[in-house]
Amino acid sequence: MPQSSFVMYEEEYREITSSIDKLLKEANAKCVYLVDKDGQLIASSGETRDIDATSLASLTAGNIAATGGLAKLIGEKEFSILFHEGEKDNIHISLIEQRVILVVIFDKRSSLGLVRLRVRKASEDLARSIQKLLARMAGGSEKESLLEEISDEDIEKLFN
Amino acid sequence: MSFINYSSREINCKIVYYGPGLCGKTTNLQHIYRKTRPDAKGKMITLATETERTLFFDFLPLALGDIKGFKTRFHLYTVPGQIFYDASRKLILKGVDGIVFVADSQAERMDANIESFENMKVNLEDQGYNLSQVPYVVQYNKRDLPSAVPVEELKKVLNPEGVPDFEAVASDGAGVFETLKTIVKLVLIELKKSS
Ligand SMILES: Nc1nc2c(ncn2[C@@H]2O[C@H](COP(=O)(O)OP(=O)(O)OP(=O)(O)O)[C@@H](O)[C@H]2O)c(=O)[nH]1
Ligand SMILES: [Mg+2]
Repeated sequence: MPQSSFVMYEEEYREITSSIDKLLKEANAKCVYLVDKDGQLIASSGETRDIDATSLASLTAGNIAATGGLAKLIGEKEFSILFHEGEKDNIHISLIEQRVILVVIFDKRSSLGLVRLRVRKASEDLARSIQKLLARMAGGSEKESLLEEISDEDIEKLFN
Repeated sequence: MSFINYSSREINCKIVYYGPGLCGKTTNLQHIYRKTRPDAKGKMITLATETERTLFFDFLPLALGDIKGFKTRFHLYTVPGQIFYDASRKLILKGVDGIVFVADSQAERMDANIESFENMKVNLEDQGYNLSQVPYVVQYNKRDLPSAVPVEELKKVLNPEGVPDFEAVASDGAGVFETLKTIVKLVLIELKKSS
């Protein structure tokens, strides 16, 4: 249903961040992002300063959505890996658990082979964290208390 | 789909501007972008054709202040209104939390408005939503043009449910923020209800 939110909790956030930090190092990447399929940034690691992360998240999600549409057209379920090669930097994009998108940006200090290998490993860890998160979301007690406490005044005040 | 992050203490929601080609969806976002303080907005992304028609989407991230210590962020998207971009429109509706339907008030665009409204319902259903469960508002844009149809007539056809609706001249900014404020409120109220 439209309004079931995606929720991120401290514990899983720490797990996810440590997985992508590890991936960053082991893949010799410049930076790594985790984005949800609707285009929201979940976590990032590495030299992220010069890149607008919100834009990156939205465009990556659009990219995955568009290639997903293409896949369906030709009778594939999904293309789970995308790779864009640039003059200096390259982007490796992969889908985890049909739910979140892992983006790795790397240059000549690394290679596609290495990135592929490390992404495969990291994806297993990330998939476990995402599973845990989804299970916890299904329980969803913490979220409810936050949302219940939102008052009409709070909403009104946003615009003053 | 809204995204609540307890770690960064943020609530994120997605709002989509829908409507027929050239009705002024992109113009709404451009006005919001121009009038928002630099610290409250991110980059606006426009994926458009050479002739400035939206090709895939426009995207504008906005930060609106805190609720219970959580930052609220709204991601505004427009769809491409031209009929043949239907596949892209479907994709952009994924995960939507609220919709602004922008209608073109000109008499000669009446059929296009109706077609787009019907198309929106079909595309929502394809994504497993039903319009009656999604917060939405209607904006009657281009009120400044001589061939603008009386609002009462537009209401009859495009707002039978009587959701909040607004007259606008998006190119001058009139009605743009009233529309935005109302959809933001409806989205937050719905979020609260969902708990
Ligand atoms: N007169 C008048 N012109 C407007 C108004 N709002 C937008 N326009 C103009 O209408 C044209 C189309 O506006 P856009 O915002 O690009 O339309 P759109 O809905 O994004 O169109 P697509 O991307 O093709 O779906 C532009 O030239 C705008 O300046 C209005 O209220 N009055
Ligand atoms: Mg447009």
